[in-house]
Amino acid sequence: MNASTIRGSKATTATASLSHRLAERGIDRSLLMLVPALIFILALFIYPFSYGIGLTFQPSAAIQKTWGAGALSNYVAFFKDSFTFDSVWLTMRLALPVAVFNVLASIPVAFKLRQRFRGKKLLTTLVVLPITLGTVLTAQGLLIFAGREGWLNRFLIQIGVVHQPIAFVNNYWGVLISLVISGFPFAFLLISAYLSGIDPSIEAAAKTMGANWSQRFRKVILPLLAPGLATTSILTFVLAFSVFPSARLVGDAMGSTRVMSLMAFRAFGEQNDYPMASTIAVMMGVVELVVVCLILAWRSSMFKGSTGGKG
Amino acid sequence: MAIAAGTFESLELQGVGRSFGGRSALEDLNLTVRAGEFIALLGPSGCGKSTALNCIAGLLPLTHGQILIDGIRVDTVAAEKRGFGMVFQNYALFPHLSVEKNIAFGLQMRGVPRAEVKRRVAEAIALVKLEEHATKLPGQLSGGQQQRVAIARAVVVEPRLVLMDEPLSNLDAKLRLEMRTEIRRLHQSLGLTTLYVTHDQEEALSMADRLVVLREGRVQQVGTPQELHNGPANWHVADFMGYRNLIDLEVTAVDGAAVTVSEKGFTLRGTAAQPVAVGDKVRVAIRPEDLVAVSQVVPVSAGNTTTATVSVVEYHGREFAVGVTTPTGRSLFVRSDHAPVVGSVIELTADPERVLVFQADLVDASKLSAQERELAEVRR
Repeated sequence: MNASTIRGSKATTATASLSHRLAERGIDRSLLMLVPALIFILALFIYPFSYGIGLTFQPSAAIQKTWGAGALSNYVAFFKDSFTFDSVWLTMRLALPVAVFNVLASIPVAFKLRQRFRGKKLLTTLVVLPITLGTVLTAQGLLIFAGREGWLNRFLIQIGVVHQPIAFVNNYWGVLISLVISGFPFAFLLISAYLSGIDPSIEAAAKTMGANWSQRFRKVILPLLAPGLATTSILTFVLAFSVFPSARLVGDAMGSTRVMSLMAFRAFGEQNDYPMASTIAVMMGVVELVVVCLILAWRSSMFKGSTGGKG
Repeated sequence: MAIAAGTFESLELQGVGRSFGGRSALEDLNLTVRAGEFIALLGPSGCGKSTALNCIAGLLPLTHGQILIDGIRVDTVAAEKRGFGMVFQNYALFPHLSVEKNIAFGLQMRGVPRAEVKRRVAEAIALVKLEEHATKLPGQLSGGQQQRVAIARAVVVEPRLVLMDEPLSNLDAKLRLEMRTEIRRLHQSLGLTTLYVTHDQEEALSMADRLVVLREGRVQQVGTPQELHNGPANWHVADFMGYRNLIDLEVTAVDGAAVTVSEKGFTLRGTAAQPVAVGDKVRVAIRPEDLVAVSQVVPVSAGNTTTATVSVVEYHGREFAVGVTTPTGRSLFVRSDHAPVVGSVIELTADPERVLVFQADLVDASKLSAQERELAEVRR
């Protein structure tokens, strides 16, 4: 018996409870329990976020003086000031390769660790362990291990591979390595989870049908793994794009690793220009959104259904 | 019919065995399959039948023995080069490919020209009657339709051998009967050679030309359905062949093949299927339909009679399935043409020919190696 028949016939009165009748019209009163959470989101996210966007249209006097008066002055400054605008490219130059590397390198590792062998647990632990290190700890370790006077350079000089210490840190490569160290375990865990969702008998079936390993990977595994790859790429990209501590600690903060978050922090902390800092932050979000949309567009062209696994 | 089976004379399994980390899942499987035969591997779960199938498919490497086709070893050939078709229990269809593309996959991997792929896929789809579903994804099909796709996918490449791993176990009872006929029809019309794994004796008996019964990785009996149905080699095979009444009794008299077995208040005469002696603990196997309640219409058969108390009566259409309890508290399944009163004592009878007496021990101790005998001693 549904709501319309109850209403339609006068002879019968509904005997179902009120909550049951409301549920049939799509009203679930238990959702009221979400109210505190909604208030929380409003107060701590929606309001500050809108406030920040509002700020971007109230440029400071200094910006208006340099880049012309008007509500959009901050955005004009962002695009026209090459020192600021270049940071988009500098951030992208770090985040994209890191995301691509983390995802691509995770696939074979996840494949290998899916099989059963002795020492699998130990190996998995070693691969995942760096996730427990904070970015600051990783950066500190890198500085000590790979710095000019670090163990690695001294070792390389002593065995005669190089004569001058190699600059591993305080530049682009330092940040890249640190991002890989913190991002790889993350990508690996995600991809393993997606891979375990693909029924192994599907691959076995492809095998009995005459597909060699590269055909199996291209025609069967990759299309099924594509949604997982997209999600993992998005998450590792966003993680790397918002890089801040390692860009500062193991990077070249005012040069090759002048990433957007550093620029926002500079506007906020050093120049006390809240509106400009907000503008950079908003633009950071916009750039991330563009990349995320591109990845999602690729994903939507692939198979979206269940992969038939038990995992 | 354009789709035909790949040709060969015989497939030979010689001492095939597989162990996992020291525990053997399959031991010493010897079997010669002639082209066009339908062989069922039958056994309870964990008996090694799926292991055997995976070994033949090449998905698991052998640890012992070899597999030969017309005298040429194939167990060293990679799975993707064996040219066998396989149907999996969970169908294992490619969820991202349409029915057509699923079926075309094997042909494409073999580098068959596009026009021929199209023609053969269309034929295979017609064969399993899925024409109107050709462009659907597997997720949009019912279980039976998915199973049809899996079968079409396995036979379209004209394999030398089709391996089926419990293909019907995920289907409901009605569909299972339909698909059983369908598989048998395909097997006969295409002249396929089929190895079929199942735990359902009825399925195996109705479909296969020959059956292989496995238990704990060892072959118990190989034979035609009739041979296994009427003359099981041991009580385990009997158990699988529908001898629901397995009774542990003691031999009180032996006269040639005629044996008298009994325990307190319960005596039957039967036929020895394995050599037994007076005083032996034996296991007696009787089908429910061979152990019947005596009535006006059903006389006592050859003076072979005993009594039991009725505990359950079920109506089965033409007859009644009755559960009875012997004086020692054993539950037996019998048939009756009338409905006896629950709690009453009835007289049972069975043709001594149909009461099979087996040794209670499954393994023939004389066939074991010294080491295995020692192990058995320790276990006791």
